[in-house]
Amino acid sequence: MAENKPITKNIDWIVVLIYIACLGIGWVNIYAAVYNPEVQTSMFDSSNNAGKQLMWIGTAAILIVCILVIDYKFYETFSFIIYAVVILLLIMVLFAGSNINGSRSWIKIGAFSLQPAEFSKLAVSLAISKYLSDPAISLTRKLKDYYPIMGIIALPAFLILLSNETGSMLVFASFAIVLYREGMPGFIPAIGMVMAALLIITLLFVKWYIAAAIIVIAGLVIWLMPVMTRRRGGLWATIIVAFVMIGIVFGVDFFMNNVLQKHQRGRIMVLLDPDSDPRGIGWNVIQSKIAIGSGGFTGKGFLQGTQTKFDFVPEQSTDFIFCTVGEEHGFAGTAVVVILFISLISRLVILAERQRSRFARVYGYCVAGIIFFHFMINIGMTIGLMPVIGIPLPFFSYGGSSLWSFSILLFVFLKIDAQRPFTLSRG
Amino acid sequence: MLENRRFVIIIFFALVGLIYLLRLFYLQVLDESYSIESSSNSIKRVIEIPFRGQIYDRTGKLIVYNTPVYDLLVTPYKARVDDTLRFCQVLGIERRDFDSLMAAASAYSRMKPSLFLRQLSKEDFASIQDIMVDYSGFEFAKSSLRTYTAPTLANTLGYVSEITRSQLEKQEEPYYRQSDYIGQSGIEKIYENELRGKRGTKFVMQNVNGVYKGPWKSGELDTMAVAGENLYTGIDLEVQQYADSLMVNKVGSVVAIEPKTGRIISIVSAPTYDPNILASRYFSKNFAALVRNPYKPLFNRPVMASYRPGSTFKLIQALIGLQEGVITPGSGFTHANCPMNCHNHPATGSVALGVMHSCNPYFYNVFRRLIYKNNIQNTFKASAVGLDNWHDRISKFGIGQRLGIDLPSEYKGNLPNKKYYDRFYGEYRWKFSNIYSLSIGEGELLITPLKMANVAAIIANRGYFYTPHVIHGIGDKKTVNPDFLVRHETGVDAHNFEPVIEGMIGAVEGGTARRSKVEGITIAGKTGTSQNKKGDDSSIFIAFAPVDDPKIAIAVFVEYAGAGGSAAAPIANLVIEKYLTRKITNKALEERMLKADFMSKVILPGQKKPVPVDTTKKKPVPVKTNILNKPVAVNP
Repeated sequence: MAENKPITKNIDWIVVLIYIACLGIGWVNIYAAVYNPEVQTSMFDSSNNAGKQLMWIGTAAILIVCILVIDYKFYETFSFIIYAVVILLLIMVLFAGSNINGSRSWIKIGAFSLQPAEFSKLAVSLAISKYLSDPAISLTRKLKDYYPIMGIIALPAFLILLSNETGSMLVFASFAIVLYREGMPGFIPAIGMVMAALLIITLLFVKWYIAAAIIVIAGLVIWLMPVMTRRRGGLWATIIVAFVMIGIVFGVDFFMNNVLQKHQRGRIMVLLDPDSDPRGIGWNVIQSKIAIGSGGFTGKGFLQGTQTKFDFVPEQSTDFIFCTVGEEHGFAGTAVVVILFISLISRLVILAERQRSRFARVYGYCVAGIIFFHFMINIGMTIGLMPVIGIPLPFFSYGGSSLWSFSILLFVFLKIDAQRPFTLSRG
Repeated sequence: MLENRRFVIIIFFALVGLIYLLRLFYLQVLDESYSIESSSNSIKRVIEIPFRGQIYDRTGKLIVYNTPVYDLLVTPYKARVDDTLRFCQVLGIERRDFDSLMAAASAYSRMKPSLFLRQLSKEDFASIQDIMVDYSGFEFAKSSLRTYTAPTLANTLGYVSEITRSQLEKQEEPYYRQSDYIGQSGIEKIYENELRGKRGTKFVMQNVNGVYKGPWKSGELDTMAVAGENLYTGIDLEVQQYADSLMVNKVGSVVAIEPKTGRIISIVSAPTYDPNILASRYFSKNFAALVRNPYKPLFNRPVMASYRPGSTFKLIQALIGLQEGVITPGSGFTHANCPMNCHNHPATGSVALGVMHSCNPYFYNVFRRLIYKNNIQNTFKASAVGLDNWHDRISKFGIGQRLGIDLPSEYKGNLPNKKYYDRFYGEYRWKFSNIYSLSIGEGELLITPLKMANVAAIIANRGYFYTPHVIHGIGDKKTVNPDFLVRHETGVDAHNFEPVIEGMIGAVEGGTARRSKVEGITIAGKTGTSQNKKGDDSSIFIAFAPVDDPKIAIAVFVEYAGAGGSAAAPIANLVIEKYLTRKITNKALEERMLKADFMSKVILPGQKKPVPVDTTKKKPVPVKTNILNKPVAVNP
């Protein structure tokens, strides 16, 4: 049934162009981040991160060609096998991994290191898509259909946690977006957000005040409630919800002090008040905000950044690459990046929605969700809206594993999307 | 149904994007606290403090200049001192000091450098520079120190020190910052704005460890520091130091003025101290010692100390009397009908003789005539009218007024008028018999040595004066304060001065000051003996010379030294000779005055009789900036 039209005709060029733009801007900014006015090296010199990134970009291009050449059915057919391979790699890395920055999550191949955790996103996306492609599965009605999904996510999450890569593990939260789209009741993400809000409020205010405020609000809700709703159990429901919320408030306190590790607690506290530990955990946030804030509207100019240049901002070419954009290109530059990401993600949602197969749609949402989650956490942390969680900014941050994994993730979807006219609808 | 959820999802994405855009707009465009100047720590704003202006004497000799020194700064969080003992030895401090300095620095900021040791000399810097490499967290900053070519003029020049908290808060424009230097007294204070120059600002880049990484934007935004203006004084450094030496072991003042210009040639406040001791890293210790010193070396006597003018005031009485026409040059008075005593002297048949012999009854009568103007119908009313008229006349001589010298805290003095006595006695309840002690410069009159030197200048000029001033030129263009160019008239005609000057010449040639006359120079002078409440009188002498073409007018005050002729007159005449001829003919007199010691007669405030003196004989020991030296206190 497949008419072999050249892939260049059907591929979604909007996404490809945004992808290329992101890589280009990212590469230029990596060069700016590692630029040393005293020892100037070229952008193409593989001794610096920019030169290396160029190599990664080149190899990513080769990968992309491979992806586009391979038959689109391969990904659906082999999704569980890919999942299994990645799980094996994750187990392997626990025993044979090299220790970089305190986490045993790297496999060394010659001079280069690969991080299997990065590829777990692809594997889990494919596995979930494959699982949900069964039309009999319904997330709206049957609770037991959730169990395999939880299993698919929990297994790599657990392995990643063992290798001390909390940041990568948190990315799995992005699958909530897919599940929501596929029928998960809306109250589940709503509860998640209320929990997060309560967590922050608990850290900011005195517990008893919050409890009192919840009781007052509950009272108001009951009072304003139509009489019929109240009689039909609305009264008790509200009271129970209020008590659960108060329980959470006190639970959070316990959770913060007894469950979270000290550095994790610190990261959350710093989000609320970076000045609480200006030299320690707060340092990253303060320096990154200064770097971005000092950019002004138009920025200091290419290679003119000073905060990022003189080592004030840590991890400048990787997790904090956005600071370089902010400092050297100002609000104009950061706005372009934010708009590029929102455009890319929105475009992916639109593409996902036009898929005929459920597998393709779910996978598309997985890609959009993962990229969005990285975008939200990474940029959010550089501007002090999110806790410091070390995950890269897709296509921008320096690093082969992340560039490869995001490229594969994206282009597998583009390949599937390009074959859309020839796919039969199954869901 | 579920398809519609895509809109929820897209709206959620867009919302997060929008929140981030708004946040970025706030951080980058609206919020100023992250702008380059205020918060950026990679771009450091370095303030360059210019050299303060230098001060020159009348012959072009340097009096005050600047020596480059080095401040040692410490950044507590970076500081690593493994062997504190050696560190302290190198810096010449004690363990105790080390701990308190570190604690103070940490209390200020652990991240920012704060001052550890001030003002290490170039030599000290060179000797410890290499050793300091072993200790991280320490850095040197160049600064400068006031240096004085001669140990003189301490109170006139004043001193420079770190700005105080209240000064910081009081400044109208926020110019000074903490630990900035500011002129605290004397010329340094009055001419602070001229001396301080213009601060420069440099923007430099530094990395996270504070290592210099070159100018920012190739120095486009930098401003150069401009050195302070040089000041030109009328001080004759040689004469000044000679006068200093004559005033050793005495409490008092010497003020010499160039009558034609009002420029101050010499201004001595004794006892004094070496100004260099307040321009060292031991400032606070030395300053505390000066404050504790019972003879108050920080008290600038020429402009702040108050005395009764004594007999020197008779000159003004005679001048006013002649001008008012109540006496003529030939008027004579006898000792009869006078409540005041006099010493034995020939009859005073003229103004000149009255002045020469400093006859008390003579001036009692002059003053009586000035007050009553031969109108004794109603003595109370006549006294009131007469005194105010007299007051106005005397005021023109600067008595009871601030002259406006360019030194801080000038004492106004006291010249009583009608109101003044009304407060004591009630209106028209007093008359001449209550106030006659004014006639010979006693009573409620209070003057400063500066004022009396100015009176000498007025007589030398035969009727006018220029405001005495230390600085007559500011900067390369030698700008002059226009106030110092205004000729102040006293309202006494020139011809009325001649009989008085004749008497003053007589006083030096054969009168009260005859023992200190100088061969070859005609000096006109007048002794004064100012009564003290307890103890000996203070010795006063005012003079000018040469009589025909006055080049110097002088007032000398020596506290508790007895009659004017005994101490003040010889010192004044030696200074005049030194200034006019650069040599001393009467070596015996010079020797005697250099050795004279009146300290044992001085009655300190709050004491009934003189206390035996020993400590003040030692002059303050200037602190050598050798680092290994302990702070040297003035009075051990």
